[in-house]
Amino acid sequence: MKMTTLDRILLFLTGLLAAYQIVVGIDRMSTLPIAAYTIGFGVLLVAGLLLIILGFDALDSPVVVIVSTIIPLTLSLGLVWQHLASFRTVYLLFTIVSFLAVILTRSIPLQNSLPVITIAVTHGIAGMTIFLLPIILSMQGSTPPLFSLVGVGGALIGIGGLLLSFLKTGRPILSRETILKILPGLLLIMTIFFVTGFKYG
Amino acid sequence: MPILFKKIRLYWPLIKSTQTGLLLATGIAGYLSAHFPVNIPVLIGMSISLFLAISGSTIMNMWYDHDIDAKMKRTHKRPAASGELSRQEVYYVGMAISVIGIGWALSIAPLFGAVVFAGWFFDVVVYTLWLKRRTAWSIVWGGISGAMPILAGRALAVNSIDFIGTLLALAILFWIPTHTLTFSLKFREDYSNAGIPTFPSTYGDNFTRATIAISSILAAVAIGWASVLIGLSAGYLRLIAVLTAGLLLLAFATFRVHTERANFGLFRYASFYMLISMIILAMRAF
Repeated sequence: MKMTTLDRILLFLTGLLAAYQIVVGIDRMSTLPIAAYTIGFGVLLVAGLLLIILGFDALDSPVVVIVSTIIPLTLSLGLVWQHLASFRTVYLLFTIVSFLAVILTRSIPLQNSLPVITIAVTHGIAGMTIFLLPIILSMQGSTPPLFSLVGVGGALIGIGGLLLSFLKTGRPILSRETILKILPGLLLIMTIFFVTGFKYG
Repeated sequence: MPILFKKIRLYWPLIKSTQTGLLLATGIAGYLSAHFPVNIPVLIGMSISLFLAISGSTIMNMWYDHDIDAKMKRTHKRPAASGELSRQEVYYVGMAISVIGIGWALSIAPLFGAVVFAGWFFDVVVYTLWLKRRTAWSIVWGGISGAMPILAGRALAVNSIDFIGTLLALAILFWIPTHTLTFSLKFREDYSNAGIPTFPSTYGDNFTRATIAISSILAAVAIGWASVLIGLSAGYLRLIAVLTAGLLLLAFATFRVHTERANFGLFRYASFYMLISMIILAMRAF
């Protein structure tokens, strides 16, 4: 499917927002959240640039499943590290183990449903963490109300990640055309929610 | 008046506006990277003189290479190659613009003018007149020439050739092969028809792809090192690191995936990378 000019503009704006977040949006945090958010938004930025350069064909690469896992994993790790001190070690281990599991199950040809289960569990836990944690913290008054927007971004990234991953595993939830049609807009809206939530939250 | 517009329309393709614009951007970034208070009149004078000198050298290249341009599909419509402009006219325009540009640069600051002249000399005399038709390694001199604008901009700001300026120049020098070698892979037939020795025709595709990947990595190292020494904020360093990681991954990917598409992806990303890096270096001034 050919990429339209509007798609390229939306992806460019997504990249700009991700770059803004990397440069000024995550200052005054401790080392691990800075590293995690830099990787998460960095992958978003580089992926946006590559999509602009190579078109939607870039999504045919087998590494897309792995790359689309990095964003929710790193963003959720940053959130947990900042706001759930007692879960830091456990979640760091989950991040490393699940990422390695995704790489392994995508690298070794397996006939069973293990690759799909691995992706579903990884995206499910990371996505739910990004979705629920900011909203719960906002409702409890631990963070300003607008921090809940990060949760909305989390919901969107969960949807995007699952759509892409299941497309790549050969069991698409929506048709390829539909996914590609909504993907640039979804990425931009998701990034807007993240950047706004982090800035005002 | 219509004649003037017609001439401008004919002369404009002679300067390869995108390439000239990118080289000019590197010169401006080199000047602004010194993070001194920006002297607007000097910045404007530097930009115009640099633009003229780069344009002049490009026109001289078009003048000398009109015969080989005519043999290549990609370039045969250029005004000097197609005969829209006479060779003599192209020569006079190129020399006039070169002399004005270099003269203006020398009047701004002798060191700046000397570096600008060096860039012109390496491009026109060493690369175009002497080596381009003899050896595939001529691209090194083309690269050195392309590295002069950023060095000139930096030299104008700090009034010396400093280590940071040298690193920035090296970054451009190593970035240029991603451009020229990708083109030599993509348009191999053209170069073959014109009898121009290239890396693919001399050393093969694998060596060429390896050279592209290695030079991209070296360009990234030079930009990263210069960025740290310039004193970019942690945020901008993070951004450079992220973009560099993308470049390195693509460079490694070209080792594994031997396709023109992969190479062209790396070439385009490297161009993006260089432009964004220049903008980041320039923003340090504000």
